[in-house]
Amino acid sequence: MSKALDITGLKKTYKGGFQALKGIDLSVNQGDFFALLGPNGAGKSTTIGIITSLVNKSEGQVKVFGYDIDSDLETAKSHIGLVPQEFNFNQFESLTKILVNQAGYYGVERATAHQRAEKYLKQLDLWDKRDNAARMLSGGMKRRLMIARALMHEPQILILDEPTAGVDIELRRSMWEFLRELNKQGITIILTTHYLEEAEMLCRNIAIIDSGVIVENTDMKSLLAKLDMETFVLDLKAGSPAPQIQGFCSRVIDDHTLEVDVRKSQRINDVFQQLSEQNIDVQSMRNKSNRLEELFVSLVGSGEQEGEK
Amino acid sequence: MSSARNMIALKSILHKETHRFMRIWVQTLVPPAITISLYFVIFGSLIGSRIGKMGGFDYMAFIVPGLIMMSVITNSYSNVASSFFSAKWQRNVEEMLVAPVPNWVIVAGYVGGGMARGILVGLIVTIIAMFFTDIQIYNIWVIILTVALTSATFSLGGLINAVYAGSFDDISIIPTFVLTPLTYLGGVFYSISLLPEFWQGVSQLNPIVYMVNAFRYGFLGISDVSLTLAFSVLGAFIVTLYAIAMYLITKGIGLRS
Ligand SMILES: Nc1ncnc2c1ncn2[C@@H]1O[C@H](COP(=O)(O)OP(=O)(O)O)[C@@H](O)[C@H]1O
Ligand SMILES: [Mg+2]
Repeated sequence: MSKALDITGLKKTYKGGFQALKGIDLSVNQGDFFALLGPNGAGKSTTIGIITSLVNKSEGQVKVFGYDIDSDLETAKSHIGLVPQEFNFNQFESLTKILVNQAGYYGVERATAHQRAEKYLKQLDLWDKRDNAARMLSGGMKRRLMIARALMHEPQILILDEPTAGVDIELRRSMWEFLRELNKQGITIILTTHYLEEAEMLCRNIAIIDSGVIVENTDMKSLLAKLDMETFVLDLKAGSPAPQIQGFCSRVIDDHTLEVDVRKSQRINDVFQQLSEQNIDVQSMRNKSNRLEELFVSLVGSGEQEGEK
Repeated sequence: MSSARNMIALKSILHKETHRFMRIWVQTLVPPAITISLYFVIFGSLIGSRIGKMGGFDYMAFIVPGLIMMSVITNSYSNVASSFFSAKWQRNVEEMLVAPVPNWVIVAGYVGGGMARGILVGLIVTIIAMFFTDIQIYNIWVIILTVALTSATFSLGGLINAVYAGSFDDISIIPTFVLTPLTYLGGVFYSISLLPEFWQGVSQLNPIVYMVNAFRYGFLGISDVSLTLAFSVLGAFIVTLYAIAMYLITKGIGLRS
C-alpha cells in the first residue's frame, strides 16, 4: 500500500538553537486515521509545519504520497489540506470569500469553488453565517471554518493540529463524527492532540512524541493493551528453580529476577499462589517503571489543568 | 496544467486584493481624493494664481501631473505594504504558503493589487483635477506606460517593506521618512531647472523626478529629463525590486521559521 506520509530522520533546530525535533521517523498509510499525541511543546506543530511547508526543516526527508517536499513541493502541497492550531484567516473577510479564494490558490475554478463552499458550509453548520465577517464567529465555528477551508480542494490527506482544543464537549463529538465520515470516504486523516481520549475515540494508529522524539509508534489496540497492564519485578531467592506461571506473561531476567505482566483484570495474588506452589520464595517486589505510563500521567495531568482554566 | 492552476491562483489573489481596498474605500479611496483636492485649492487656485507660468504653463496645469503621480505612488505603496503586512500579522498569508502557489504568483498578485489601487486613485484624482483645470493630453501612451511602471515599482517597494516589517509602525516609516521627502523634492511643485546647478545634480539621483517628468510629458509635452532615461530608470527599479522581492519570499524571510 502506498504511504500517505513518510518522514525519515526529521530534525528541526529553531533560530536561537532550540532543537524542537531530534530526528523523527513516521509513516502513515493511505486511508489511515492517525494520531500524533504529545504534551504541549513536544514538537507536534513543528512536525505539521514542516509537512505543510510553513516551517523549514533542518534535516531529513518528508514525502507526501511519494512526492518529496524538496523536489516535488507543489504536487505534495496539492495533496494536503491543513487545519492549523491557530486561527489564520483574514478576520475581516466573509466566510464564502475565504473559502472561494483558498480554492483558487489550488486552481479550483470559481464556479466549482462556490458549489463546494456551499456544500461544506452546510455540512459544518455555517451556512447561515456565510456572509458574515469571520471575526463574528464563535471559537468552535472558526475551527469548523478552517476545516471547510482545508477541504475546498478535496485533498487526500487532512491534517488537523489540535482541532478540538477549546471546543466544548458536544461540538467536539459532532466534529469527531464529521472526521470519521471523511475517513470512511477514503481521506487519510492525521490529527495531533494532547488528549489520549481523543486519539482513542478516533484513531487506528498512533505515534507519541515527547521533547522532539517519537517514543512510541503503534496501533491503538496494542497501545491500550499496554496501558492496561503493569509490569512487576520480583526478586527471588537465589538458586530458585525456573518458575512457570500459567495465564501470565513472564520473563526470567536472571536466576533471581523475574518480570511478570499483570493486566488490570488479573489478580496479582494468583502469581504468588503459583509461585508458592512451586516452592519459590519472593524476597521483594517492585513496579517496573513504565516510561509510557509516566508520559501519560504527565499528559493527562496537563490536559486536566487546561480544562480547569 | 499547472499554468492553468497558476492563472486561477493569480486571479484569486487579485480578486482578494482589489476586494480588500474596495471594501474599506473610506480608508483607501476617500483620503487621497480629499488630500489632492486641498492641494488643488491651495497650491493651484489660491497660490498658483500668483505664481504665474511654470515651464510655459499655468501653475495649476503644471502641478496636476505631479499630484496625480504622488497619489499613485503613495497608494500603490501603502496598499501592498498594509495588505501584505496584515496578511502576515493575521497569519492568513499561510493560506497561500501551504497551497501550490509559486512565489512569482504571490508577488504578481500583490503587485497587481497595488497597481489597481494606485491607478484607480490616479483616475479619481484626475477626475477631481478636471474641476479645477482643463486636462490636456499630449501622449496617452506615455501616460499609461508611466503610471503602470510607477505603480509597479512602488507596489514592489511596499511588498519588500511588509516582508521586513515587524509591526504596523514599520510600514509607515518608509512612506514618512523616504517617500514623502523624495516626492516633495521630486519636481511635483517646481521645474528642476529652477534649482541651482548643484541641486539639479542631486535631484538626478531622485527616482521620483524621472517618474513625475515622464508623466508630465504625457500631459504637457515638457520634461526636465529625457524620456529614454526616465523609462530606463523605471525599468531598472522594477527589475531590481522584483528580484529582491522574489528572493525574500522564496527564502521565506519573516514568513517561515
Ligand atoms: N518559532 C519558534 N522559535 C523557537 N522555538 C520554537 C518556535 N516554535 C516552536 N518552538 C519551540 O519548539 C518546541 C515545540 O513546539 P511545538 O511544535 O509548537 O509543540 P507542540 O505543537 O507539540 O505543542 C517548543 O518548545 C516551542 O517552544
Ligand atoms: Mg502545537
